Order: sequence, then C-alpha cells, then structure tokens
Amino acid sequence: MNKSYIKYFIFTLLTLFLGNKVQAGEPTEGGVFNPGDMIIHHISDAHEWHLWTTTGADGKEHHVSIPLPVILYSEKGLEIFSSANFHNDLQTYNGYKLEHEHIYLADANGTILTDANGKKLAPLDFSITKNVASIFISAFLLITIFSAVAGGYKKNAGKAPSGIQSFFEPLIMFVRDEIAIPNIGEKKYEKYLPYLLTVFFFIWVNNLLGLIPTGANASGNIAFTMTLAVLTGVITNLSGNASYWGHIFWTPGVPLWLRPIMLPVEVVGILTKPFALMIRLFANITAGHIIILSLMSFIFIFKSMAVGVPVSAFVVVMTMMELFVAALQAFIFTLLSALFIGAAIEEHHHDDHH
Amino acid sequence: MLSNVLLELSGSITPMGAGIGAGLAVLGAGMGIGRIGGSAMEGMARQPEMAGKIQTGMLIASALIEGAALFAIAVCFLIGNK
Repeated sequence: MNKSYIKYFIFTLLTLFLGNKVQAGEPTEGGVFNPGDMIIHHISDAHEWHLWTTTGADGKEHHVSIPLPVILYSEKGLEIFSSANFHNDLQTYNGYKLEHEHIYLADANGTILTDANGKKLAPLDFSITKNVASIFISAFLLITIFSAVAGGYKKNAGKAPSGIQSFFEPLIMFVRDEIAIPNIGEKKYEKYLPYLLTVFFFIWVNNLLGLIPTGANASGNIAFTMTLAVLTGVITNLSGNASYWGHIFWTPGVPLWLRPIMLPVEVVGILTKPFALMIRLFANITAGHIIILSLMSFIFIFKSMAVGVPVSAFVVVMTMMELFVAALQAFIFTLLSALFIGAAIEEHHHDDHH
Repeated sequence: MLSNVLLELSGSITPMGAGIGAGLAVLGAGMGIGRIGGSAMEGMARQPEMAGKIQTGMLIASALIEGAALFAIAVCFLIGNK
C-alpha cells in the first residue's frame, strides 16, 4: 500500500466536505433566508434531483436539477412522464398538481380536488424519486463491488486474497465472526449470514451516499428503515421455534400469577423490537443531517467571516462524526437483527427454571 | 399566572414544550452515555487486555440509549412542526 496515495485520498475527501458551503443556498426567490424550510427541503424526498442553484445577473435564481420520472396510477390509468413538466407557475400538469413534493389530483386551474370530507385526492405515486434513484445507485454499487469480490474468491481459490477482495474480506469476516456466530450460533448462522451481510453493507453505503454533497437522504427516510425493520421482524418470527413462542405466550421462570400480565407485554414486544430498529436508524441519520445543515445555516444567517470560518471547521468535525455514525448504525442494526434471530432459534436450555 | 405570561411571550406554548422535551431527552442521554463511558474507562484501566471487548460493549450500549433519546427528539420535532 502506497502511503502517499492514502494522503491524497484523505485530502480529496476533506475538500469535498469544505465544498459543502455551496449547498446551503436554497431557493428563497430573493426573500429572507429561512433555515427551517432549507433543512426540511434537504432531508425530504423530491421528484427531481436538485444539484445546485445559481443567482443570475438579473437576481433571478436558476436551479440546476435532474428531473426524475413520475409514475402515477389512478382511475385514469397508469401515467408516466418527466417531473420537468411540473416546472410551471401553478406546478400543474395534465390533471396533477405538485405541492410540497406530494402529487394530488387537480383541475385545469390548479385547484386540488377533494372528496366529501375535504381530504385531498391523490393518485398512487410510484415515481422514481430522489431516494428511489439513490437506492438504485447504491444497489448497483453494491452488486458491482460484491460481484468483483466473489470473482476474486473464485480466481484466488486457495491463495491469498488480492485487490478489492482483500479490502472487503476483513469486513465480511467481522460480520461473520463478531455479529453472526456469537449471536446465532456456530450451527445455524450460515442460513442468516447473507441477510446480515446485505443489511450491513446496504445501510452503510446508503448512509455514506447521504453524506456526500447533493446526496439523497435515503436511510433517513422512514419507509426505507421500516422496510428493513419489517424484514428483520418477518425473518425473526418465521424462524421462531416452539421454545421461542413458548417464552412469549407462557413465560417460563416467572411466578404463575405474573404470566397473564407478561403475555400482552411479550406480544407487544414482538412489534416494538423492529419498531425500535426503524426509529433508531431513521432518527440517527436524519438528526445528523439536521445538525450539519443547521450549523451551515449559521453562515447564511450571520453572513460574516468571523462566524463562517469556525463554523466551517466545526461542520468538518461533525461530518467526521457522521461518518462514524454511518458505520455504527449499520453495525447496530445488523447486531440487533442477529440478536433477535438468535433469540428466536435458540434451543431450549434446561437451566431455565422449568 | 406564570403560564399566562409565558403564553403571551411565546405566542403558543406548544413549541416551548417541544424545546423542553428535546432538552430533557438529550440530558438523559448525556447522563446515561456518560456513565457508560466512565465505567468502560474504569474497566479498561483495570484490565487492559479486555479493552477491545469493553469498547465494543460500550459502543453498543451507547447506540441503544441514543436510539431511545432520538425517539424523543423525533417526537419533539413533530410537536414543534405541527
């Protein structure tokens, strides 16, 4: 390993983060800078991928963004078009209106249609939004990298690892030896190791992609974390053996009068464990982004170098912490998933007072 | 009487509740994780060869506590935004 190219790599990484300042400019159309709106805009999903905003000579703001496909299904049928069609004053197109990144059914004037109770009518939205596109990118990245790693194992069968295989082997072995085997056990971990590895690297890569400038906040999207938590919950409960269900419905080792009280507690516990997984990942990643964005808002609120320079340095420090949190949250999610799966398939122990 | 004065000053008592809630949540998390860090340091000082395992356990416990605190933060955020 050449030491000097590690130095250049770290230097490039740092300059990437110092460039963050450009991102804080938000479309205010000449009004007062509103940090709340800017932060919400940055952590939310969107139908186009906003890259940057420049202010022209006439003072008008020009947004540079990649329009993403909009896929809607309603009584009118399936409609697919580019979100660039919404770039008019009313933000309407063909009977749909885009309001705060939600698409509703609207009439020709741009008024949103409501049903009898006043609830806004909306089509089913299957669009490729920024978060979906980011997940596609991370999936493509992971497939490319791990195909290369697998190919490396085939090529180097019996020999020392080389290339990208040698970078990922310690990580994969870490997941196997520190997360899977201690919690699931030597005999049964292999069935669950693919899921644990997938969850670990998928969450880590999505966290990292969210931290780069112009990145999408995919792992801070509650639907993303809910899906992963539901998967863990489904795998845990489908692999539960008689001992696991027995412990839930008729908890051993507690006095008989306590068991009917334990029953609803344990049943709710089946739901709260994946729920906590979901909230933990969502809140950690979103809170991290909000912290960094709030700090950068200081620069635009105070508009002075005396604030700008120390705040930028602090933002670099916080981003380093966010990198750590990205890896830690992936590790925690995987570890807790392994713990729950291990608890579900654990064999009956005779020292359990029953 | 005090609540009326505060209501006048803040316009609405809801965001104040959100702020106080978030502050309390962070207070709890800070105290909890501080204790874990302290015990971890002490354990590592007593038995340096276990330092690796103790550090791993410390990180896991901190992440779990932080999960609970961030749940409270998320709730306060929702209250503040209503």
